[in-house]
Amino acid sequence: MKRFLGFVKKEFYHIFRDSRTLLILFGMPIAQILLFGYAVTNEIKEAKIAIYDPAKDEITEAITQRLIATPYYQLGAYLDNMEQAEEVMKANKVKQVVMFEPGFGEKFQRNGTATIRIISDATDPNTANTLQNYSQAIILGFQQEQQAAAAQGSMPQIAVQTRMRYNPELKGVFLFVPGLITIILMLVSAMMTSISIAREKELGTMELLLASPMKPIQIILGKVTPYILLSIINASVILIMGYYIFGVPIAGSLLLLSLEMILFIVSALCLGILISTVAKTQQVALMISLMGLMLPTILLSGFMFPIENMPGILQIISHIIPARWFIVIVKNIMLKGSEFMMIWKESVILMGFTIFFLAVSARKFQVRLT
Amino acid sequence: MAITQRAAGEYAIRIEKLEKRYGDTHALKGLSFSVKPGELFGLIGPDGAGKTSLIRILGTLVLADGGYAEVLGHEVVKDYRKIRQKMGYMPGRFSLYQDLTIKENLNLFATIFGTTLEENYELIREIYVQIEPFKNRRAGALSGGMKQKLALCCALIHAPEVLFLDEPTTGVDAVSRKEFWEMLGRLKSKGITMLVSTPYMDEASLCDRVALIQEGEILQVDTPDAIEAAFPRSLYGITGADTYSLLLAMRADERTASVHAFGDSVHFTAKEAISAASLQSMLSEKGFADGVEVKEIRANIEDCFMELMSGGRLADEEISK
Amino acid sequence: MENEFSIEVRDLTKMFGGFTAVDHISFEVRHGEIFGFLGANGAGKTTAIRMLCGLSLPTSGKAEVAGYDVFRKPEMVKRNIGYMSQKFSLYQDLTVSENIYFYGGIYGLKRKVIFQKTEELLEKLDLKHARNTLIRDIPLGWKQKLAFSVAILHDPQIVFLDEPTGGVDPITRRQFWDLIYEAAKAGVTIFVTTHYMDEAEYCNRISIMVDGRIEALGPPAELKTRFQSQDMDEVFVKLARG
Repeated sequence: MKRFLGFVKKEFYHIFRDSRTLLILFGMPIAQILLFGYAVTNEIKEAKIAIYDPAKDEITEAITQRLIATPYYQLGAYLDNMEQAEEVMKANKVKQVVMFEPGFGEKFQRNGTATIRIISDATDPNTANTLQNYSQAIILGFQQEQQAAAAQGSMPQIAVQTRMRYNPELKGVFLFVPGLITIILMLVSAMMTSISIAREKELGTMELLLASPMKPIQIILGKVTPYILLSIINASVILIMGYYIFGVPIAGSLLLLSLEMILFIVSALCLGILISTVAKTQQVALMISLMGLMLPTILLSGFMFPIENMPGILQIISHIIPARWFIVIVKNIMLKGSEFMMIWKESVILMGFTIFFLAVSARKFQVRLT
Repeated sequence: MAITQRAAGEYAIRIEKLEKRYGDTHALKGLSFSVKPGELFGLIGPDGAGKTSLIRILGTLVLADGGYAEVLGHEVVKDYRKIRQKMGYMPGRFSLYQDLTIKENLNLFATIFGTTLEENYELIREIYVQIEPFKNRRAGALSGGMKQKLALCCALIHAPEVLFLDEPTTGVDAVSRKEFWEMLGRLKSKGITMLVSTPYMDEASLCDRVALIQEGEILQVDTPDAIEAAFPRSLYGITGADTYSLLLAMRADERTASVHAFGDSVHFTAKEAISAASLQSMLSEKGFADGVEVKEIRANIEDCFMELMSGGRLADEEISK
Repeated sequence: MENEFSIEVRDLTKMFGGFTAVDHISFEVRHGEIFGFLGANGAGKTTAIRMLCGLSLPTSGKAEVAGYDVFRKPEMVKRNIGYMSQKFSLYQDLTVSENIYFYGGIYGLKRKVIFQKTEELLEKLDLKHARNTLIRDIPLGWKQKLAFSVAILHDPQIVFLDEPTGGVDPITRRQFWDLIYEAAKAGVTIFVTTHYMDEAEYCNRISIMVDGRIEALGPPAELKTRFQSQDMDEVFVKLARG
């Protein structure tokens, strides 16, 4: 036990005496959550739109008002003719043009059908897509109200609303927090561990450790313990920042969330150890961690891009990425307040990964120099 | 406390027909020798001779591909854990934690070996006092000589019975080298068996016995004295002439067996026995007369090493045949 | 004056913050001289060599190497010197002839000249059979000899050798010195550092640095007399231990 503690103490010396490591460990999570929370976000605020409304009747006015009353849109311009649509869009003045057909209100009330053309600037496809969806939802909502009102023959009282569930305001940060926790835990646990073991090899100190009576398991535990602690601290920082700065709720059990996190940390640590058994230098460890762990975690876990939208082959590959399952777990616990019974499947899969990685890394760790 | 207890066996280290390959490279070609308890044993040879491979095999860090090796009576593969408990190891490259201070490094290694700095302080005291004034300085900021002393302290902190030192003096200046060997001498008096490798031939004379090795093979194992005494021919030292022109002239002569520069003199042997006087006249023939002095000298380890390298044999081997 | 010396150093000083690594050193080296530059670890040798090779600017003082001021014309200095160190000399993953070609190219030698020199060099070092062998596959001794020959491929006035023979076997070490003698006879100035004290004796003159200053300078024999020592080892120890 004394050996172990002495070893852990030494590991903390390394961490606290290397400003670069410290920066990655503590600066990175904070910078990332602020970055994702404020800057990099899918949600759209006050996008400028132009309205072409030759009808100018009650209904078109009402739809226009409804659109620009939302926080998503801001009125950029009223257009006098259709040709101007091209101009304002080219000049980058508006992101979207909403065009009513002439005599819109009349047609709507007489035929029950009228056409609105929505044109979006698709140079940024994501934004365009989102804008289209917003507009459609709003207009659809309006239409339903009207129909409901017409059916009852009275004032439109029944509000049929389209609703975004769990994240009603479509806040990007809600989705980013679970993703960020995953990335940061991966980074700290897997990458930092693999680099710190590779560093001992590179500097030759691993040779001395192996030459001592320390058992490999003691060496490994001594190396990973500090990173377990740091990972937990990091995860807490992100949760707290998410909660207090961005109002991200933790709907489910904090205990369950913590246990799942520890499970994920252990599996990431094993991956880190696994990498370090292959990598002889810090540089190689870093490369493998980035290419083999970070990239798939970021791209294929569903953090950045929805898994349902991926090509089939990538969807299949995403199954072997532990982060994919962990993100689902975290989202469910935090946003939906899920109980264990609702996420047991993902948890079991994650557990399976952890046991597998643990077994392989313990087997692979050498008691001698290779 | 552990120091006085010597290994019970007859040998502290014993290897037999030890082989090691790295891909196509045959690093060790069946080496055999043994080291007695308490002996200061030198592995003398240039880079690539196989010194590091051998020490790593004995230190249980690398597996041999053939042959047998034991340390303190324990077989190196099966009983590696027992050996690791009793050995001290100082690798060729400075391998301590550069971001820890002297004190922290020492405490760490003490803890790893389940002991404390105080417990075996007596053993390292003489070395430690030299670096103690800097005990709060990080290892990375120490001079070469101090790093070496710290590394030795760390290797000794658990009072090992056997100490493996891989090229401790390489790249170290003459003064630090001298000091280091003085320290080893003092450790020897405490009964620790030591296996030291070095590419510096002149350090052989500081060992009890040496193995001269070259390209994975042992050229000779004996005491430095015996090796030097077994040099097969009369060796002459020639001083007072321009080294390079003398070398060129003598090399061209067919009577010459070997001619090598050695500091300020040139060491010469002839194929057939030659007296100092006839060598003197041979030199004057070639125009080296003024101020040139010829003296029969005793061969040193480097002479012997070169003789063995170029396919020659030392006397005792020829007698024994 | 201009022609007599290939290296001329006056009060050369290098400070790192408050630490004086090289402290007002002065010496000159003649053309074709073998000059041994000795000193304990950390005495300032490497810093001094870096300045002389135009790799690091002196804090103060003056140094002319191959007739060019290291302050004002470091590029001309670099063009007229060769450099070889134990740690880095040749690319391990290139073949013997690729290495020669590469270094010839760096110094702007013409293709034809490089090919001709390559043949001469392989012939001299007896390496013809190994021309297409990767450097990492040839023995250390050959490597060092080849590295030296490559360092003087562009006929520099001076060649700097930083511990060129570390770890080399005794016979190859002497063969290496044969190459040094030969180059010196051909007029190349040799500036060499070594930890082998017997090699110090092969130099025409040596300087010994202690704590950033040159504490002794002269032919080996003279230094031995001056310090009443048997060999250079003793001189060195006496000086360095103060």
